[in-house]
This record gives sequence, structure tokens and C-alpha cells, in this order.
Amino acid sequence: MNKHTKTKNSHGREGKEITTIVNRRLFLRSAGLATSLGTIVIAAGCNDDDEDPMIPGTGDTVDLGSGDMGVLNYAYALEQLEAAFYTQVMQTPYNGITDAEKAILTDIRDHEIVHREFFKAALGDKAIKGLTPNFSAIDFTKREAVLGAAKLFEDTGVAAYNGAGKLIKDPNYLLLAGKIVSVEARHAAVIRDLINPKSADFAGDDIIDANGMDRAIAPADILAAVKGYVKDTLTGTSVGK
Amino acid sequence: MDIFKIIDQFQQIDGDAVGRLEYASRRHFMHKAGSKLASAAIPTAFAAIVNKAFAQSAAAVDVLNYALTLEYLEDEFYKAGNAAANLIPASDKAIFTQIGKHETQHVAFLVKALGSKAIAKPTFDFQYGGAFSDVFTNYKTFVTVSSALEDTGVRAYKGQAGVLIADPQILEYALQVHSIEARHAAVARRLAATLLGNTAMKGWITGKEGAVAAIYAGEDNMTQGGVNLKGLASKSDAAITEAFDEPLTKEAVLAIAGPFIKK
Repeated sequence: MNKHTKTKNSHGREGKEITTIVNRRLFLRSAGLATSLGTIVIAAGCNDDDEDPMIPGTGDTVDLGSGDMGVLNYAYALEQLEAAFYTQVMQTPYNGITDAEKAILTDIRDHEIVHREFFKAALGDKAIKGLTPNFSAIDFTKREAVLGAAKLFEDTGVAAYNGAGKLIKDPNYLLLAGKIVSVEARHAAVIRDLINPKSADFAGDDIIDANGMDRAIAPADILAAVKGYVKDTLTGTSVGK
Repeated sequence: MDIFKIIDQFQQIDGDAVGRLEYASRRHFMHKAGSKLASAAIPTAFAAIVNKAFAQSAAAVDVLNYALTLEYLEDEFYKAGNAAANLIPASDKAIFTQIGKHETQHVAFLVKALGSKAIAKPTFDFQYGGAFSDVFTNYKTFVTVSSALEDTGVRAYKGQAGVLIADPQILEYALQVHSIEARHAAVARRLAATLLGNTAMKGWITGKEGAVAAIYAGEDNMTQGGVNLKGLASKSDAAITEAFDEPLTKEAVLAIAGPFIKK
């Protein structure tokens, strides 16, 4: 496989772009979010009769836009999903939730709502509409399902911000993304520690590479991974361009 | 220091460096996927490109060496802590082993990337001139310093993002390390909160709450994007400050880290 892509790569710029796409697909299929999404759906113990979460949204088509505004709308879309998720979690707490867990999940909910409202205000009339989430695959009564989904959303959020950083042109927006991504990483670590306390999982080898680096994933791949959780169809082909 | 000149030089030296970096890092992802073939060569290839690109720029070397200084400090700290007898209880070993592993990996990566330009490892004084004299014998002190180092690391990397904006692949690397430091900080803070009996201290930073007050200056900032967020979505000041982490300049970080560095 490596040999094959190398050969293509030597054909110049166009060939390299094809290789990039191919590699990204391979990465996603073999290692990435498509797989973990599937795992979460199974872990969530969803009803077999539920609609397939991988079927694209049934709501509106929403274009995130281009350039920095596209990146901000991309972040706004993800924050909308996170905020809606934790709002639901606290409206219908899972069976056996402890006071400590309630406090943590309430904090996280409030952070995500602050992020969502901040982006909405910052984008003004450039903001995309309020999205309609689809959490039908998540059994909100079960701790394992809720924390598993929370882990997926937080890890995905971190990878999304890390991958979007280099698309941002304005240093002020880059700094803002930086201020938010580390909070998402804190959430990810704490959620992971709730799932498997006092283990290495808060920054586990399942996502951290051999250089001790977190993931950085491009918008197209993130949007593909979360599309089952939103009824609207998000298009982000011009984000950052 | 003019970062834009550096980037220009970068591209003159190796116009295709970014493309090849992207290629190398994607292959690295595939290593994660389980395709271990040839994976050992990849960090080296990446590092070689970075090294080549920065070979003529003293200013860029300074930025990477700044990161290396902090990673050396953290790496040495956890090596000593993890090696100390009767310091870290068995229940918490897995956490600090994992943190230490990452810091060692960060050092190795930066040393390779910088090549002959890498600074030598400084000599450290983890007792911080006597302020933390029992750092490797009292677990409370160790965790306190750990949480402070990690939160400082988060602020330090964040403060360099804008400097690297014209240098996408190095920026991405810095972001990927930045979020790891934040993961470390969150667990260290929660351990510290329990050990110190400080229920106000959480995985995220409320106002400027932290075990070593001096390093949290400015974390209580309420103004983001030029707008004071007070009252946003009817959320408390606590929630608003928790939702955003704040950067520190290189000068501020080195002032904090200074007493740890003997020479």
C-alpha cells in the first residue's frame, strides 16, 4: 500500500492530492471515526428498530461557508451538538448517576452552551441556523451509553479543533480556538476518567500516537463521523478556503 | 524576530516541505491504524523535514527550543517522581506513568526535529528554590507541582499558536501537544483537589483557581473576541471563565519556569 501511494505521489501535485484523499479514506476506514462511531452505537445499546444513524440527515442542507467564517460555523455546529447532548443528559439523567457525576456533566453542559452562544454572537448574521440533533442512537438511561457518547463527542471535538487550526487565517480566531480546544481536552480527560478511573485512559493509547500527540482531523472527516447525530446535512467543503 | 521571513526562507529551502510533511503525518496515522510496517522511520522522516526547513533560521529554532525546554522540565520531573520510592501510591501509578511517557515522547520528537540545533538539557531544581522542598517525598506537593506544570504547559503552547499561524504543519503539531497537556492538567488538577481537600478546584479552571496561584493570573478573563461575556446565556462567571483557557507569553512562562532551571 505504501509503495503504491508513493508511486502516485511522484506524479506531482495532482497525484499527491488524490493520494491525500485516498490516504484519508483509508485512515478513516481502518482506524478512525467511522469505526469508533459504530462502536459507540453498539455500546449505546440502541434499539435495532432505530433508524440507521449513518444515513444522512433528513433535515435541511446547511452550508458552513468559506474562510474563517466557515471555520467558526464549523465550530458552532459542533458546539451546538455538544450543548444539545449535555442538555439532554441533564434533563434525563441516567440511572444511578452520582452527585459528583451530575456536577461534572452540569459544568460541561454549561461550557458547551457558553461556547455555542459565543460563536452564535461572534458570527452574527453569518451564523448557520440552529441545527436539529438526532440522538436516537443513544440510550440516555444508561451510564455506559451516555459517557461513551460523551467521550466520542469530546475526543472528536478536540481532533476537530486541532485539525481546523491550520485553516484559520486570523490570529485572533486561532487564539480563540486554542482557548476552547484545551477545555474540550479537559472534558475528554475527565469523561474518560469517569469511565475508567485512575487508568491511563484519560489520554489513552487508543487515540494518542507514539509521539505523544493528540489527533488532528480535517473537517470533511469530522463531518462524516458526526453526520448520524444531526438531522440536517452539513456541507463543509469550503471551510477555511 | 520576524516569523514571516522565516516562513519565506522555509519555502525557499524546500517548497514542497509542507506537502511532504502532510504525507508523512498521514502515514503516521496509518501506523496508528495497526499497519506497523515501516512506522519506525516515520517520525524520523518528519523530523528530518522539520530540521531541514528550520536549519537556517535561528528565530524558529528558538520557538522549538522554548517548547523543548518545557518538555525537558516536565520529562525530568516525572522521571524523578515515578522513580521515587513511596511517593506515588499504587492507585495513581498508571496516571503518572502515562503522563511521563508522553513527556518523554515530546522531548524525543523535538530533539529529532531540531537535530544539532537542539539545546542541551538544563539542570533543574524541582524544589523551586525551597518552595517545594518535599516535592519528591510528599505526594501532595508532587501533585501540586504536576498540576501547575501542566496548566503552565497548556498556557505556553496556546501562547505560541499565533506565532506559528503561517506555518501550518508546525502549528498543527503544537496544537496536538497542547491538547495532551490539557488532558494531563485535568487529571492532575482533580488529584490535587482531592489531596488538598479543595473542592473548588476542578479539571477545568474556574476563575483563576489553581494549586499555585501565581501561574493562573489572567485565567479569570471574561472578555472573548473583544466582548465581555458576563451573563451570556444566563451562565455564571464561573462557567464562562471555565469555558475558555487563557494563553501566556513566552516571557511570562519563562519567569514562572525560571526558578526550576539552575542553568
